Amino acid sequence: MTVELSGSAALATEQDIVLARQHVRQLCQSLKFSLVDQTKMVTAASELARNTLIHGGGGQMRWNVREEGARRGLALHFEDKGPGIADLRLALSDGWSSGSGMGLGLPGSKRLVNEFDIETAPGQGTRVSIIKWK
Amino acid sequence: MNDTNQALLDALGAEESQLVESWHAALPLSAQTTGQSSRGEARQLLAGLRDGLRAGGAPEALDTPAWAPLRQSLEALSAARAAKGEKAGDTSLFVLALKKPMFDALQQRFAKDPAGLGAALWSATSLVDKVAQHTVTTFQSTREDIIRRQQQDLLELSTPVVKLWEGVLAVPMIGVLDSSRTQLVMESLLQSIVSSGSALAIIDITGVPTVDTLVAQHLLKTVTAIRLMGADCIISGIRPQIAQTIVHLGIDLQGITTKATLADALLVALQRSGWRVSRTD
Amino acid sequence: MERIPILRMGQTLLVTIQIDMQDQTAMALQEDLAAKIAETGANGVMIDISALEIVDSFVGRMLSSISGIARILSAVTVVVGMQPAVAITLVELGLSLPGVRTALNVERGMQLLDTVRREKFLDR
Repeated sequence: MTVELSGSAALATEQDIVLARQHVRQLCQSLKFSLVDQTKMVTAASELARNTLIHGGGGQMRWNVREEGARRGLALHFEDKGPGIADLRLALSDGWSSGSGMGLGLPGSKRLVNEFDIETAPGQGTRVSIIKWK
Repeated sequence: MNDTNQALLDALGAEESQLVESWHAALPLSAQTTGQSSRGEARQLLAGLRDGLRAGGAPEALDTPAWAPLRQSLEALSAARAAKGEKAGDTSLFVLALKKPMFDALQQRFAKDPAGLGAALWSATSLVDKVAQHTVTTFQSTREDIIRRQQQDLLELSTPVVKLWEGVLAVPMIGVLDSSRTQLVMESLLQSIVSSGSALAIIDITGVPTVDTLVAQHLLKTVTAIRLMGADCIISGIRPQIAQTIVHLGIDLQGITTKATLADALLVALQRSGWRVSRTD
Repeated sequence: MERIPILRMGQTLLVTIQIDMQDQTAMALQEDLAAKIAETGANGVMIDISALEIVDSFVGRMLSSISGIARILSAVTVVVGMQPAVAITLVELGLSLPGVRTALNVERGMQLLDTVRREKFLDR
């Protein structure tokens, strides 16, 4: 099945999270990521998609393939127009062995990917972008 | 197609065997490979150049679809030479040598038109330069791929997973334990645990020079993953200095069994698996 | 919504998760297991996740919860068949699933259940 190299999908229901996982899996496979890298990327997508749905009130996942010189990567963007994250530093703080933080799973997801970027402000929604390079 | 490209096309089309011979002659002696292969490569490149020009490709923009067949021939050419161990310079020299025969052909065609000759020469030279550049880039990335693969092989060779006993695996770690090596060990060890059905893994760190908080973290990650899967782990090869460092840094080994030598660890592993070792005399 | 079937083998409840679950499916499994343990008086629960290619924090927490709930209801839980890529990812996520017993496969899982149950009975 051909997978478009860029696109977007709505994150409005729980089923959308499942679909998002499957879609990211297909994208990773077509980019020939290793099994462990696929698993990490799909898991990160699951965490962030759930955040968008539960904390952001719903939104969308956009994706595109990045090329930088000889390497290729998959970029995913999770966007919502929800309440935003008030204390970003708290949300991003987490020693490896502790499981605390605000329950957003952001530090964990960050460790699963190569690049992690977040834009958020109270009342301004949230956008989280992640990239995994092959 | 504009006049200049048409002129280039004509110059490249006329009397191909003569063009190929003058190209071959323009190569430095060392680059003139025996008999057919370099002539064959020359003919293929000429065909790619002609197809590109006919498809309306602009000499300044080699990445457009019109030049796809040419790019493919160039990549094959570069890759073959890189695999043979030739220097990057040789391949681009090969391409650049086309300039002389092209210029000669263009001069003949534009003998009465200096302005036209100027434009055509400029087009020809930019085209050949871009093509040469493309071969260098491709050459480099092929070499880098080879190096990367060799690095990967080296990494894998230095952390083999061995079966010590039924249900007992061992990984002798040699060298600095960084995050990429940890990833590799985790992947191959966990996979071996599944495929061999072994419930015990011994990680021997005799060959690891220093253990600091970061290295300890890597080790703990590996052990946690092993335990998550339902197997267990023993760490052996703990030198006295390392034991001191661990205590000094306050590293919590979270109940992992540690032994000074692989032999001690094997004994523990056997006992835990229900084996008894006794002498026959 | 699909509900994951729970099989019973003597004193042990068996669950095999073979689908990519929605969050509500996971929550329903948790409730169904709690109900079934209470209803049957089972003292062992085996959850086979060998077909799961993704275990994110939601599923991870569900496994921990089931383990805790079962313990309160006097049952032992074992999760078996975790795939290597899943284990590596969970560790990176920072989830070590404390309190959740694991085994390499169903066979070892049953052995572990028997061992732990025997110890528990001896305690009484």
